[in-house]
Formats: sequence, structure tokens, C-alpha cells
Amino acid sequence: MELYDLTIHELKERLVDQEISVTEVLNTFYERIDQVDDSVRAYVSLTRDEAYQRAGEDLTGSLAGIPLAIKDNMSTEGIKTTCSSNILNNYRPPYDATVVKKLKEAGAIMLGKANMDEFAMGSSTENSGFFKTHNPWNLDHAPGGSSGGSAAAVAAGEAAGALGSDTGGSIRQPAAYCGVVGLKPTYGNVSRYGLVAFASSLDQIGPITKDVKDSAILLNAITGHDPMDSTSVKIDKPDYTEFIKEDVKGLKIGLPEEYFSLEINSEVKESVLTAVKKMEEAGAIVEEVSLPSAEYALAAYYIIAPAEASSNLARYDGVRYGFRSEQASNVSEMFTTTRNQGFGDEVKRRIMLGTYVLSSGYYDAYYLKAQKVRTLIKEDFDKLFKEYDLLISPTTPTTAFKLGEMSDPLEMYQMDIFTVPINIAGIPAISLPSGFDSAGLPIGLQIMGPHFGEGKILQAAYTLEQLLNIKDKRAKVEVSK
Amino acid sequence: MSVEYEVVIGLEVHAQLATESKIFCDCSTEFGAAPNTHVCPVCLGLPGTLPVLNKKVLEYAIMAGLALNCEISEYSKFDRKNYFYPDLPKAYQISQFDLPICEHGSIEIETEEGKKEIGITRIHMEEDAGKLIHEGSIDKSTGSLVDYNRTGVPLIEIVSEPDMRTPAEARAYLTQLKKVLEYLEVSDCNMEEGSLRCDANVSIRPVGQKEFGTKAELKNMNSFKAVEKALEYEVERQKIVLGRGDEVVQETRTWDDSLNKTISMRGKEEAHDYRYFPEPDLVPMEVDKEWVKELSDSLPELPVEKMKRFVTAYGLPQYDAEVLTDTKALAELFEEGVTAYDDPKGVSNWIMGDFLRLVKEENIAVEESKLSGELLGKMLQLMDAGTISSKIAKTVFKEMFKTGKDPETIVEEKGLKQISDESKIEEIVDQVISDNPEAVEDIKSGKGKAIGFLVGQVMKETRGKANPGMVNQLLRDKLMD
Ligand SMILES: [Zn+2]
Repeated sequence: MELYDLTIHELKERLVDQEISVTEVLNTFYERIDQVDDSVRAYVSLTRDEAYQRAGEDLTGSLAGIPLAIKDNMSTEGIKTTCSSNILNNYRPPYDATVVKKLKEAGAIMLGKANMDEFAMGSSTENSGFFKTHNPWNLDHAPGGSSGGSAAAVAAGEAAGALGSDTGGSIRQPAAYCGVVGLKPTYGNVSRYGLVAFASSLDQIGPITKDVKDSAILLNAITGHDPMDSTSVKIDKPDYTEFIKEDVKGLKIGLPEEYFSLEINSEVKESVLTAVKKMEEAGAIVEEVSLPSAEYALAAYYIIAPAEASSNLARYDGVRYGFRSEQASNVSEMFTTTRNQGFGDEVKRRIMLGTYVLSSGYYDAYYLKAQKVRTLIKEDFDKLFKEYDLLISPTTPTTAFKLGEMSDPLEMYQMDIFTVPINIAGIPAISLPSGFDSAGLPIGLQIMGPHFGEGKILQAAYTLEQLLNIKDKRAKVEVSK
Repeated sequence: MSVEYEVVIGLEVHAQLATESKIFCDCSTEFGAAPNTHVCPVCLGLPGTLPVLNKKVLEYAIMAGLALNCEISEYSKFDRKNYFYPDLPKAYQISQFDLPICEHGSIEIETEEGKKEIGITRIHMEEDAGKLIHEGSIDKSTGSLVDYNRTGVPLIEIVSEPDMRTPAEARAYLTQLKKVLEYLEVSDCNMEEGSLRCDANVSIRPVGQKEFGTKAELKNMNSFKAVEKALEYEVERQKIVLGRGDEVVQETRTWDDSLNKTISMRGKEEAHDYRYFPEPDLVPMEVDKEWVKELSDSLPELPVEKMKRFVTAYGLPQYDAEVLTDTKALAELFEEGVTAYDDPKGVSNWIMGDFLRLVKEENIAVEESKLSGELLGKMLQLMDAGTISSKIAKTVFKEMFKTGKDPETIVEEKGLKQISDESKIEEIVDQVISDNPEAVEDIKSGKGKAIGFLVGQVMKETRGKANPGMVNQLLRDKLMD
């Protein structure tokens, strides 16, 4: 195994034992990036100078010297934060997001900012305002989205780990497509301060890593109450790496029948059910359960998320930062042309949708109704988690589709059908690889837990990871040069 | 045949709360700082930033609500009001829509027909926007500059019921409202600095008609006088419009102080759809009953209560009590004075007379004078002791008002001590008698009034310092018997 194939905890061991230096680690990763990123295109910007400067500092903390990729919707002081949008192509925030601050405090080093669907809207990273990212397992395929850059970087050995953000599945779906581990924490467990908002009530930052243990390590570094985010919850911070020591004996797991009865790829279904069987053999109690409201989750999501997005994205008007259209003769024209030229199609589509559902006369029929559905979904999950420790489903209905294959936005929205209900309910879920399809593309399995049930999720995911024994399998990126 | 109309007026008052920091960040609210110096990523609405409520704002809003007899909502939330304008950094204002913090209040005003209760519909909290400065006139401006120091400055909007029937009542309402807010010290209510702003809704209807007439909204009135004048103008205008058989158009009109008329604000006519929805970045507020009780118990005495107490406790005439409670500072000065000198009416006379005359002459606020109640008390004691005459007291008072010096020091420094040395006065009396034989003759022939002339001469000779009682007595002893 190459150095860039190592997990965070493996790298950490070698750094602690002084087998390798931080500079050597950086050299390895930047060499790898130089080698493969022309093909993968995971990064929108690299922060080489800053990284090497950091390497020279006396780094301490749980992630000392660990090189990471950060999704380009997290504010980095003095470093371009574009959300992969032309409207922010020259924006450098004057402050660090809380997660970035926390990673710095833990000694981590940022390699660069990862590509994404513009403003995190999309499920393929094809909606980036700059360029598409490719799936490291097969460059013709999409890496998923919107954290496609982050997932591809980890899968291609271009980062030891990464941060992504998940509004409707944007960590878990690309993690599934790229064969890595992606965790969407409980809403309020990780500060959103500095995360450029897409849909405030759904967004959550989380780790994308090579294995489950790394996920726990990164989660440890970024959780905790933040006085700058009043939606961040005040709870005692557990050590998430402690949970992975437990096994799954006696754990009650539910399989939502509605998820499995949907038309999903048979290889995906089989892989997930085989994995579940192994957990059962390891002592878990598995039962079919019903999650009746889940079928409305996607509809509610595509009302709530665009509504909030239309408001969150209104600040990009060309007045104070970012792109400003020159083709305007007055203020109102400046707003219009700036936004028209600066935003891509998918973003515009959602802004229009959101503006519509919030407008007077339609608010009750759409937004208010969606909020009611949201309450029902929450109640459904709450009810299930009174009886079951965890729920398991596929992460996505299919494996990674081909780039350019999804031309219909509505079809694309279906890719998030299993992930969206989690964000609607604000609960945590992880996606980890359960196997590969006949084309060699990774299959993702999703484990869902109750509010602040990250520990239990990690515990089950870790056990499953050991049982499946595929965690050392890495994408062989076809090097173009 | 002329129709008799009834006027219907409702007011919306914005008061800036006197907090040291802004509503959702730590920036200072100080007035008059250099442009864009009191700003941070949060109040500039930079991507990724989140609001965190300043608890003092909630406290002040609740205090205002309690003082205005409102019900305090146990559950309240913030909403977003969406619209584009360059002085609004996020392109939405965080405000309160359907669940304001206070509702169903009232305030008592004094009208020509006696006391009247004006309903307060609601009080809600919101953030202020910035200030836009156009280069040149607004329609031909080549550029605009924005100062964001004001963005995020906390405001409460106090909305009245349409209970006012004359412009004078509207003015009385504003005066009383301002007094209450000042007494609470939740706002400095400075209209020139924009910390108190008022919009008015005015309509007229034939007497007896139940339905409201079409209303006009009046803006940009920057003094109480302007509010009254604008309303008077607008009422007349609407009467003329209806009188000639036309209809009043629902519109926003602005008051032009120099033209003394209201002008239609074209371009702002289109109905706004603010697309309100709950602010997802702030958790709803659950207001603790105990806390409200504490605030209620600690409310200062309000103008009306204080006025009533001044009448009963100090035996002051109603008129005096009203004048003295006009501002909190004046009332405090009076009470300090009474503590130092136990003659309420005497203290009141000095404050209502010389003090208010000087305040007016110097064109300063009550707080700006150097006089304290303690000094006033000391001065009155000096008068009682015969150290100074009432005439000299006026000079001493003026000096105390300007310098804040102790009255004894002033008397000492200026040599104002009353002459009560009988032999010394007798000397001067004798001199005056020999200098004014005609007056002496007059007195001896029974014209008693002439004695006043001689007293005046003695006082002139002693520059007012002779004890007037003694002078009188001596003259009488010598010339009449
Ligand atoms: Zn600020």
C-alpha cells in the first residue's frame, strides 16, 4: 500500500512513531494529486503554500499533520471559498468556519478546497460552475454529489480524509458512489457557522473517510456546541472512537420495507441484504419495519430546501463581494444581470421553485404543508427508534451513473430518495461500502440512528466493516499522464 | 350638502433599543462612527455566518411590552422578510411575523375630551438595515455608497390600533409612547439620530360608516410636529379628493417638510410579497414566565404612576406633577430636591420656573444642566437662613445651573452674602434718607408707597445684598410712627 492509501489512523501512527514526517506526508499527497487530479478533478483550488507552511509549525492534537480536503462551501480565512459558483469565483472570506478552526486546532492540514455541485445543489457534481469531477473507480462515471469532490479526493488517495456537507444526502450518496465512508451527523451536533448555507434547517457538515474508525476520529474533532451557532446543541461530547470497540450482539435493527420494495438495482439490494445477514449472524436482531411517511420525504424536501435556498442565496447580488455584472445601468438591473449571469441552471431552478412556494397565496399549500409532512416523518422515525436501535437501507437506489447520463432533473432528484428523510428528521446516518456491482462500482449501505445516536451507528458500521473485509480495497485511478 | 368625515389614524413606531451591541452579533451600536467600522461577518451577512440573539434585546422588548400593558408571548420566533435592496446585506431582514413577542396592549393619552385609551396591536423585534448614500440625486446618481454600521442595530416596532381620531391625538400618543420608552431606558428615542421613527396610516370615512376608508401610508416624518402637520395635510387632502367625487388611492406618501405637503412615492406602489417564513438559523424563543415576572417586578415607575404619586405624596397641583414628570430626568431632579429640602411646592416652583426657563434659553436637555437636586436644596436652605435674599438666589441658581458649584461657594466667591448687620444697614439707610428729602417728605405726608422707593435705593446701594426685612423695618422706624 502506498502512503496515500493509508487511513487517518494509520498515518497518525506513523507520524507519532516518527516513521515519516509531516512534510513527507504532504509530498506524497501533493504528488498523488499532481498525478491523478487532471483525471479526477476533485479540487477547485489547492492550498500548497499554506499547507507546507503549516507543516513547518509545531502541530499538536488528534489530527496533527493529517492532510484533508475541505468542501468549497466552508469558509476559509483568506482562501477562496467559491461554492463552485461563478458568482463567488473571487470571494475570499475574512474568517474561518468553526469546523475549519476546529480542524486547525486539532493539527490537521488543509490540502485544498474540493469541487461540489454549485451551492451544494445536485447529486453528481456535474452542476459545478467550473468543471465536473470524475468517479475514481471509473472516470466515465459521476462521483455523486454534492460533495463529489470531497468523496473523490478520499477515494483517489488525494486526501487522507475530507469534510463534506449533507443537505439531502450530499455526503452519503457520493460516499456510496466512491466506495468510502460518509457520515451525516445529527442536526445541531456540528456547528454550521461558516458553512455557506444551502438549506439552513437541513444542512449538516460531516466526515468522508476511508474507513469507519477515521469517521469517528474526524467527528470527534468537529463536534461540540458553538456559541456562534444557536442551532448547535449543548451536550456532553462523547469520544466517538470508544463506540467502535463494541460489537452488534443484541442490537435491534429495522429494515424499512418501503425502502426495499422500491424499484432499486438488484445488485444493490442483494449486497445490502447480504451485509445485513452477516450482522444477523454476528448477533444483531433484524426485523422488517414500516416507515409509511418516507415516500413523502422527497416531495417535502423539494419544497423546504428550495424555499430556504431562495432566501439564503438572495445575498449574492453583486453589491459587496463576488461577481458583479457590468451590463447594468441601475441597481435593480445590476441585481438581475449579476444573478442571471452568476448562477447556473440548477441553482436558478431551485431559487425559482423556492420563491414560488414561499409567495403569498401558495405558502399554505406548499411550504406549510411540507412542514407538516416534516413533522410526520420525524414522528415516524421517533416511533421506530423507540423499538429499534438502528435502521438499515441502501444508500442509493443504484451505483454511480455515467456522467451526462442524467439529463432530467427529476430523475436526478430520485437518487436521494433514501438519504433525504434523514435530513428531514434531523437524525444521523452513515454510508459505508457493502460491496461492488458487476461493473466494479461500489455499493453503499446506509445505517440510520436516533438523534445523537452517532455512537451506535459507528459501532454497527465498524462491526460490519470488519465482517465485510473490503475496507482496504482502493480505486485504481487510470492515470492520464 | 357636505359630508362629515371621521379620521382614522394608526401609527407604526420603530424605536432603536439602547443596547450596547447589535441584535445578532457583538458589534457596537454607537451612533456616528466612521462608515463601516462597526461591522463584522455576521452583520455584513457574509456567506456562512449565522445570527445569535442578543438576550438584552429580548429583555428590552419584553420590558416595553410590560410597560404598554401587553401580553408577553411564551412562545415566539423570528421570521425572514425577503426583499432586495443594497442596504440590506442578506437581502432579507430578520423580523417577527405571525408570533410577535408582545401583543394586545394599550396606552393612555390625554386629549381635549379627557383621557383616552389607544390600543397597541403588537410589538415585535427586528434588525435595522444599513444606510445608502447616493452621489447626487437618487434618479441621476452615478454611484451609491453604503454604510452598514446600522445593519443589525436592534429595533422594536410598536404597532397601534387605528384608534386615533385627530392628528393631535396621534401626537399625544407619540409623546406618551416616547415618555414611556425613555422612562424604561430601553431607547433613547432620539428622532434626529433615527432612534425613533414613525410611519402613519391615515384614512377618512363618513361619520357612521363602519368600514375603513382607503388608507395612505405616510413616511419620513422626523419630528412630532411633522407627524401632526403631515396628518393634518393628509386628512384635508383626502377630504378634497372625496369631496370632488374621486377615490383615495392606496399608496405610500412621503412628508416634505420644506413644501409642507405629502407627496406620493411612485415606484413603491407595487405590492410587496415579502415571502415571510420562519428563520431557520434561530431557534424559537420560549420565554420563561419567571423571568417575565422578574422583569415586571423590576420595571421602573412609569410617567402616569409617577405623576399620580407626585400629586398624592407631595401635595403638588396636577399641573406641576405633569410638568415635572415630563421626562425622567426632570422628575429625578425634583425628587432629589425634595430629599434635600422638605418643601415640595418650593422645589417645584424653582424647577418649573427658573430651571425650565434656563433649559429653554440654553437649548439643552434637562440632563445636560449641572444643577442637582441637592444643590437646589442647599440653596433653599441658604435663603431660609437669611444668608441670601430671594433676588440673590436667582443669581446663585443660574450659576449652579451652569457650573454645578456649591451655592455656598458661589455666594462666597461672588461676595453675595446678605448684609444683616444692623449698624451697617442703618448707616446706608441714613445716607439714603438724607439723599432723598422729597421721598421722605412724601412718606411723612402719608404717601406710604414711597417707602418702596427708598428700600429700592438701599438695595441698589448694597447691590441687592441688604436683608430686605431689616431695611424695611429700619425705614419704618425712622420715618413713620
Ligand atoms: Zn456585527
